[in-house]
Amino acid sequence: MALIIYVLAFVGGFAIMSLELLGGRVLAPYFGSSIYVWGSIITVFMLSLSLGYLLGGRLSLHHPSLGRFAVIFLGAAVCLYPLVHFSEPLMSWIFQRVEDPRYGSLLASSGLFIVPTVIMGMISPYSVRMLVRTTEQSGQVAGVLYFVSTLGSALGTLATSFYLVLWFDIDTILVLLTGALLAMAALATAAAWWGEHRPRDSRGRNAARRDKVLP
Amino acid sequence: MIVPVPSRWLAVTALLTALPLAAPASARIIHEERSLYSTILVDQQGPLRCLQFSVRRNQRNQSCVNERRPREMVFVYPRMMMASLLLNPQPRRILVLGLGGGTLPMALDELLPDARIDVVEIDPAVVRVAREFFAFAPSDRVNVVTQDGRVFVKRAIARGEQYDLVMLDAFTGDYIPEHLMTREFLAEVQEVLADGGVLAANTFSISELYEHESATYQAVFGEFFNLKPGDSGNRVILDRRGPLPTAAVLAERAQALQPRLEPYGVDFGRLLPLMTTETDWDSGTRILTDQYSPANLLRNR
Repeated sequence: MALIIYVLAFVGGFAIMSLELLGGRVLAPYFGSSIYVWGSIITVFMLSLSLGYLLGGRLSLHHPSLGRFAVIFLGAAVCLYPLVHFSEPLMSWIFQRVEDPRYGSLLASSGLFIVPTVIMGMISPYSVRMLVRTTEQSGQVAGVLYFVSTLGSALGTLATSFYLVLWFDIDTILVLLTGALLAMAALATAAAWWGEHRPRDSRGRNAARRDKVLP
Repeated sequence: MIVPVPSRWLAVTALLTALPLAAPASARIIHEERSLYSTILVDQQGPLRCLQFSVRRNQRNQSCVNERRPREMVFVYPRMMMASLLLNPQPRRILVLGLGGGTLPMALDELLPDARIDVVEIDPAVVRVAREFFAFAPSDRVNVVTQDGRVFVKRAIARGEQYDLVMLDAFTGDYIPEHLMTREFLAEVQEVLADGGVLAANTFSISELYEHESATYQAVFGEFFNLKPGDSGNRVILDRRGPLPTAAVLAERAQALQPRLEPYGVDFGRLLPLMTTETDWDSGTRILTDQYSPANLLRNR
């Protein structure tokens, strides 16, 4: 089970940074590539992630399960995909109304990226909750989890800037990211289903272990 | 405690200051400034004052002025850009994207006293350096805007403005603004051009980028003049909104303009043979769009 959680966190980290890098390319036709365009994007991603961490932690208080974890990934995919169709009209709308490209780019990156990034930010704290069994291990578990998800982010940055933009259209990459998030939702659902329907003896052992470590 | 970065910087600074002493004939750096977008260097070698956008020693100069003959264009590429006047000899509204040392807008201002020139430069530090070290002087006819070129063009379309000549000179050696190379951008430039208006673009003649860029210009403008002087890595593209002039018309205009352009080092006798419309790239090459424009990656292939 732990391995699955790490895979989920890795893919979540990958998707976040891949999206952030694409953000600059999405905004450039309307707001340019001035330094404040990157300032807007990074601000929006940091704010969204911080909010996502808060919400993810909060959500993990209520009956945490792989099934609910799957819903987070499904939500992220559902909120990411519309960028393919709605970023042009939204940026054009903002461009016509906001003259200053600093605030134009801040508004546009807020409108485009806040919702999916907040949801993806929920993945890390929720993963910690799924993995921690005892208070003594909690720091160690969080450490490994950050390691894995940040490694995913590093790879997402590298893969996108070195290769993906060379091979694919931006929209294609967004569709691929949506697909990856959906695959993770499916993986978590399958793992949840397997957890409930495994053979009796194994399930009994599992239940016993869970009873022991969770107060 | 080891502090690697500052000590390395000390070493670089020591090297830079030591070099002129060791080799008195080499260039002397008279200004160095780290701006938001690049490192700007101004150096002086005899009468030659040059602007560079990188600290790498082997970086080619961006723009140079010979103080003994301040009008003469030192490099081939601005001379090729001036060949745009053969496509439209009397532009009244001119847009220059990318200032550099201000060579092009100053020459155009002198040559065409009736023209109004808008210069768009993303980096405020470049504007300051051009004024201080290259005698660039904005006036009531030369207006400088600190903005991203793409944003300026989009706003100009919204305001319903039109230009007779657009000069795109925004590509330094180090980093290419990829949103200024796409089909959508070129279509916007076309929209901001008046009927018969001309686009002159200073771009690259080497690497895979050459193929992609050529195919993109062809997709938007159709036939264009492609000027490649061979050795320099620069090339200039001249497009016109509307059909290109015939060889006879070009020759006639060249003859009429030659005396006025002589002081700038522009020699149409050498430029005209370079102006070819021949397709020497694979026209099936994938074109650059806002969705696909990895110009910086393609340049290294």
